[in-house]
Amino acid sequence: MARRLPKKDVVIIGLGWTGSIMAHELTDEGLDVVAIERGPWRDAPTDFPTSYMQDELRYRIRHELFLRPDQLTFTFRNKIDQTALPIRSWGAFMPPNGVGGGGVHWNAETWRFLPSDFVVRTHLTERYGASFLPDDMTIQDWGVTYADMEPYYDQFEYLCGTSGTAGNVKGQIQEGGNPFEGPRARPYPTPAQAQPFGATLFAKAARELGYKPFPQPSGNLSKPYVNPLGLRMGQCTYCGFCEWFGCGNYSKASPQTTILPVLIRKSNFSLRDNSEVVRINTDASGKRATGVTFVDSSLQEWEQPADLVILSAYSMFNVQLLLHSKISQPYDPVANTGVVGRNFTHQTISSVNGFFDNKKFNFNPFIASGSIGMCIDEFNGDNFDHGPHGFVGGAYMGQVQTGGRPIETTVVPPGTPKWGAKWKTAVRDNYLSTVKPGTGVHGSFYSYRDVYLDLDPTYTDRFSRPLMRMTIDLHDNEIKQNRFMTDKFAEIIKAMGANVVDKQYRTAPYDITTYQTTHLNGGVIMGADPKTSVVNRYLQNWDVSNLFVLGASAFPQNAGYNPTGTVGALAFWAAEAIRSQYLKHPGPLVDA
Amino acid sequence: MPLRGAFACAAVLLFTSALAVAGESDPQDFTQIKKGQYLAILADCGSCHTLPGHRRFAGGLPIETPFGNIVAPNITPDPETGVGAWSDDEFDAAVRRGIRRDGALLYPAMPFNAYTKMTREEVLAIRAYLNTVEPVHHAVVANTLPFPFNIRIAMRVWDALYFTEGVYKPDPAKSAEWNRGAYLVSGPAHCGACHTPKTLLGGDKAAQYLQGSKIQGWFAPDITGDKARGIGNWSVAEIAAYLKGGHNQVAAATGPMADAVSLSTSQWKDSDLNSIAVYLKSVPGRQDTATPLSAGDPVMTAGAAIYRDTCSACHMLDGRGTAELFPSLAASSNVRSDDPASLIRVVLRGARSVATATEPTSPGMPSYGWQLNDAQVAAVLTYIRNAWGAAAPAVSAQDVTRERSQLASRPD
Repeated sequence: MARRLPKKDVVIIGLGWTGSIMAHELTDEGLDVVAIERGPWRDAPTDFPTSYMQDELRYRIRHELFLRPDQLTFTFRNKIDQTALPIRSWGAFMPPNGVGGGGVHWNAETWRFLPSDFVVRTHLTERYGASFLPDDMTIQDWGVTYADMEPYYDQFEYLCGTSGTAGNVKGQIQEGGNPFEGPRARPYPTPAQAQPFGATLFAKAARELGYKPFPQPSGNLSKPYVNPLGLRMGQCTYCGFCEWFGCGNYSKASPQTTILPVLIRKSNFSLRDNSEVVRINTDASGKRATGVTFVDSSLQEWEQPADLVILSAYSMFNVQLLLHSKISQPYDPVANTGVVGRNFTHQTISSVNGFFDNKKFNFNPFIASGSIGMCIDEFNGDNFDHGPHGFVGGAYMGQVQTGGRPIETTVVPPGTPKWGAKWKTAVRDNYLSTVKPGTGVHGSFYSYRDVYLDLDPTYTDRFSRPLMRMTIDLHDNEIKQNRFMTDKFAEIIKAMGANVVDKQYRTAPYDITTYQTTHLNGGVIMGADPKTSVVNRYLQNWDVSNLFVLGASAFPQNAGYNPTGTVGALAFWAAEAIRSQYLKHPGPLVDA
Repeated sequence: MPLRGAFACAAVLLFTSALAVAGESDPQDFTQIKKGQYLAILADCGSCHTLPGHRRFAGGLPIETPFGNIVAPNITPDPETGVGAWSDDEFDAAVRRGIRRDGALLYPAMPFNAYTKMTREEVLAIRAYLNTVEPVHHAVVANTLPFPFNIRIAMRVWDALYFTEGVYKPDPAKSAEWNRGAYLVSGPAHCGACHTPKTLLGGDKAAQYLQGSKIQGWFAPDITGDKARGIGNWSVAEIAAYLKGGHNQVAAATGPMADAVSLSTSQWKDSDLNSIAVYLKSVPGRQDTATPLSAGDPVMTAGAAIYRDTCSACHMLDGRGTAELFPSLAASSNVRSDDPASLIRVVLRGARSVATATEPTSPGMPSYGWQLNDAQVAAVLTYIRNAWGAAAPAVSAQDVTRERSQLASRPD
């Protein structure tokens, strides 16, 4: 039997990036806010100390910061007619756990989506005609535009202190930046990070091929910064331990470095960590959330009543909690009805390793940050004419090597034995003279009718609830897109002077075992029509108006960029809507 | 909020006046109560008389002294276990003369030798403020000292040696600002309680006023105008910034000073912070100078290598750190203190700097006690004390061994 806690104004489920942003905004509004977080409290200097955080075995290989699959996992299959099986060790993506969420272990690549990304179906239909899109592709417009988002992108970047070179300030194209980006109101808060040799050489080769390379926008800062909350960040030291790791150096933007020290000083904020929300409760009408039920670490069940519920867990858990709470209609791909679990997407990633003459090239690959690198955007979104190529979508590409860590950065040329003396010799000969751009081609993943999330009919979790089932495969459009992008990227690596260019195309079937990115999106998508979206343009649930669902679960499809910039902007956008509209007139902000 | 606070305040006042206890002050004299509230912040009463996480001023915190622990008593207006039944004269005698209500003498863990610089009116204002806090019934056994220090009569000798009664006398040759600073430092703020070296009997070594002292496993640094070991190189604004936010271009408050900043100086008026800065810069420091170790010394070579590997990511190769975030070792006089206790402690244990409203970041340094052995800690500390043009005596591995063993029994 659940014990009942005193009512709060707001309950926030999950204290990662979006939960922290919302908690900060709503406590500023004077509301009494409690956040409930499944994982532990985590603090930069004590949980990510620079003295031992650079431990690849502990954090990368053994997944120290991530959810344990025995606590909660998903089932997976490629096709609708297959039987899904539970994931027992994380591979393609890494579900975060604990305060800070994915904001702890991200690489801090802080992009804005292109203006055309937000209106992608309208844009592509106008340019190429409706018949250009595959029949089963379910991409749709977001219900917001880049112009709507711009002030909130700005807010997130200034929260983080993002280091970058602007490409378009108020419509004026800027030398050295990304000429394809949407207009921004002002430059990045800090200048771009200095680039190591590999990235510099990539930029030179790209320039010679006629492209316009620019530094990747980085949440690992080029110089000390004080954010609008008064929190101080230091200069990145290029240790090369960003992704999978926390930063105790105060140089990677995270909830720990940009929000939490201020949030925890507020008397109207409280946190319950190591507590897993198992259900959002609704009243008899099903139209109003009454709060949440959570389970603490001793398996005691508690009810936390609240006037406003913010669901801000990792995208997959947002979908799962709505399914378990029976809020909004679950998606059925056969009947093509329902919405929750629809338009589930990932990212289309590939890489090209370049092997150089070790007597002439020394890249010192360990000098790196998670969002270091020079990139080009000529082939992203709809920045080029897709007409002759027979696919839609795109990718940014770049030499974005995020480290030279001892276990995983042992790339050897094709044909090298996989173990033994020859392998060791090859590792030694190539370690310093190889470029290994981890996510060198970072491509879009559009949505399809048969890529979705629902509840598994067989497997259950520790509370006897059905596990969530992922049905996901790569479609021809993404495979074609990736082949085109990987070839373009390889041309630049070749032009850098590589002797051997090892192209690693992304191919079907979708592989759950090797890491791509943690950018799983959709399932609780936003939109203008309640028949094809779960939340409206303010991320407010169409059915339960006192429930807002934040995060990449709102993306109707995924663009070619890393999602966090857009996730952060959407959180500020939703917070502003709650503060300026919802609290004055609680109820639906958009008429269904 | 201020309005709500005032109502709450008034409600408590009505309650206490109905009881008709707690001295002769007028419970409706808000001017006096506000003045007393600020004086209680200046005097940092709450730091010792509140057990962290428990009710304010209800006592119970053990104050560590070289002679044993003394537990700070309950100073809420509770008539039985607090000071509610005391007369104003009794309260004033305790604060300014170190005489307990029963006539026994207080131990100088209560800094009456500093509080004596306040006037009776000021002390009674503090009293008037304390009358407004919630009375808490909490009996505290104050004296837990071992024999022979538990014999309070011995305090007669101590008082004769080290206690000079009397309010602060302004120096007409100095500015009003300087005099305000001198009054604050020597009076309510009782800076010397930690920062002035002590004799074997625990009295102030008056000739070494504010030149730094070991306390509770830390070295409270020299805060005189000495440019090498004190804060003579800090501007008035930098001193004020440190006291306000706990951080400045050079240093970050941690350990007992973090509490002093958090509970006291961060809440001071800017004019008082400036006054204290003006005064401290005028306090004469030591005259002697240290000779730097040569860069070719093998310990310096080892220390430089450890520094580069372990410290330079935050404190930078040039030792200058990042303003208000990572302390500047190159500019820090604390690094050059004769007694390296704080340095050793921070390296072995790590440290968390204070969070304040103006500087909420509260950066921390990880512990290296598990990673560096005693000789390595000594080498890197010897290096930072003698690099970048500075000079200070070498730290020996034995110093580190001793601190490590003493730290083992201390909480963080």
